[in-house]
Amino acid sequence: MENFDVIIIGGGPAGLSAAISAAQAGMKTVVIERGDYPGTKNVMGGILYTKATDMVVPEFWKEAPLERPIIEQRIAMLSGDESIMAGYRDPAWGTEPYNAHSIFRVKFDRWLAQQAEKAGVMIIPETIVEDLLYKGDDVVGVRTGRAEGDLGAKVVIIAEGVNNFIAVKAGLAKPLRPESVAVTAKEVIALPKEKIEDRFCLEEGQGATIELYGDSTAGMMGVGFIYTNKESISIGVGAILQPFIRNNWTPNDLLENLKSKPYVKRLLQGGEIKEYLSHLIPEGGYTQVPKLHRQGVMVVGDTAMLMNSLNREGSNLAMISGKIAGEVAAQAIKAGDVSDHAMSVYETRLRDSFVLKDLHHYRHMGKFFEEKPHLLKVYPKLFNKAAKMYLTADGTPKKERQKEIIKMAFENRSKGGIIKDIYGAWRALL
Amino acid sequence: MKLDDKLYLVRFNTDKLSHIKINDPNVCLHQCQDKPCTRICPAHVYDWDEEEKRIAVGYEGCLECGTCLIGCPFGNIDWKYPRGGFGVSWKNG
Repeated sequence: MENFDVIIIGGGPAGLSAAISAAQAGMKTVVIERGDYPGTKNVMGGILYTKATDMVVPEFWKEAPLERPIIEQRIAMLSGDESIMAGYRDPAWGTEPYNAHSIFRVKFDRWLAQQAEKAGVMIIPETIVEDLLYKGDDVVGVRTGRAEGDLGAKVVIIAEGVNNFIAVKAGLAKPLRPESVAVTAKEVIALPKEKIEDRFCLEEGQGATIELYGDSTAGMMGVGFIYTNKESISIGVGAILQPFIRNNWTPNDLLENLKSKPYVKRLLQGGEIKEYLSHLIPEGGYTQVPKLHRQGVMVVGDTAMLMNSLNREGSNLAMISGKIAGEVAAQAIKAGDVSDHAMSVYETRLRDSFVLKDLHHYRHMGKFFEEKPHLLKVYPKLFNKAAKMYLTADGTPKKERQKEIIKMAFENRSKGGIIKDIYGAWRALL
Repeated sequence: MKLDDKLYLVRFNTDKLSHIKINDPNVCLHQCQDKPCTRICPAHVYDWDEEEKRIAVGYEGCLECGTCLIGCPFGNIDWKYPRGGFGVSWKNG
């Protein structure tokens, strides 16, 4: 059996970040990846945050395959054919130090894996990890699907992605439930770059994002998204699996529904579908974060439920968790102590960072939306109606119109209901 | 574009062995009224075969998201990743 210092299960952003930091600290490190190379099994909406990535590979933007720096973020609320939109734009985000870029995981993770290899990491592709290897109660490596495929390690980092098979087998995580994942379908639609820049009001090379709430998910808890790439647009929609099941939707129909909205249709017009993708997003939040460590093991990234969907952050949480886990593994191995206590430094450091602070901050959010499934049904409709009434010039005096708007609001949702919703939102989000 | 045509755009390295199994077809037939697997799978891998009275599984088109495993109300789908090197191979991701 071949022995390593650190074995990492999975070559996504969390796993590769862990590999880089462990190898840089002198550890003999291997990444076991089920695809033919890191990237080919990986999917995300498409936004990569600069700061976290810079901490893993300094000044990555000078070399890494990126699509467009995001200079504008819009939020839309859809109700039937109507929409309200707000946005923030700063062209300064189009230059260093940047804030975020659109990317494709296949290209980017391939590059990130190459950086890992440069740091001395060995990558074993086309290999499934079936379980951890134990000696007594101690984890001493992994069992792979290959013949004579046992590999020894002092520390194993579980970065297997949202589907948490190994973490469950190890007794660290629970099986996922329909309330704690969002199912997402996405398309990559090719368009000439001039068309993208014209339609999104962008200078050459700049990018924009739109998140769409309300009828984009048929009122289910979730969000639609549109991201500009160099010569394509990524469009997708995701919603929590439980309402998906209850409302008899299919992911493809929900995506087609979003694409048919008047505003969205015009952005995509004439484009050619290049790929259709799907992926699960871990939405359990703080209360569903699994046990993050045990003797010789740490859990990172999506497997650890590290996702802040309100701010559309996931890959950055994954990369920071991976980076810390790699560092903690190296420290522990150098000190000759890979006990649960030594691994707990990982959790302490995560708690001191924005990763678990943000999850903790939004810890009531999941329950809030679960208990108030009407939110994304009622309010987008109410706000759109109010906007229409306010902006329609039909001779009604404005004072009267404002009274009508308030009356309409209370017809759609009772006064008490609105107060409860505002209080709940304040508690869950602020 | 129809879903079937979209799936033609996806690159697969198809295994001869299925990575998906229905644990007990009787559960689908007798206990599961709703058959959510036929809707929630983004690739429509699962279809109710009325003649054979069972769920037909087109594992070849599986996009490996894992939705079916979590969504089956009876835990009746044994869904694993395909063997190493097989299955979907994204072009963009």
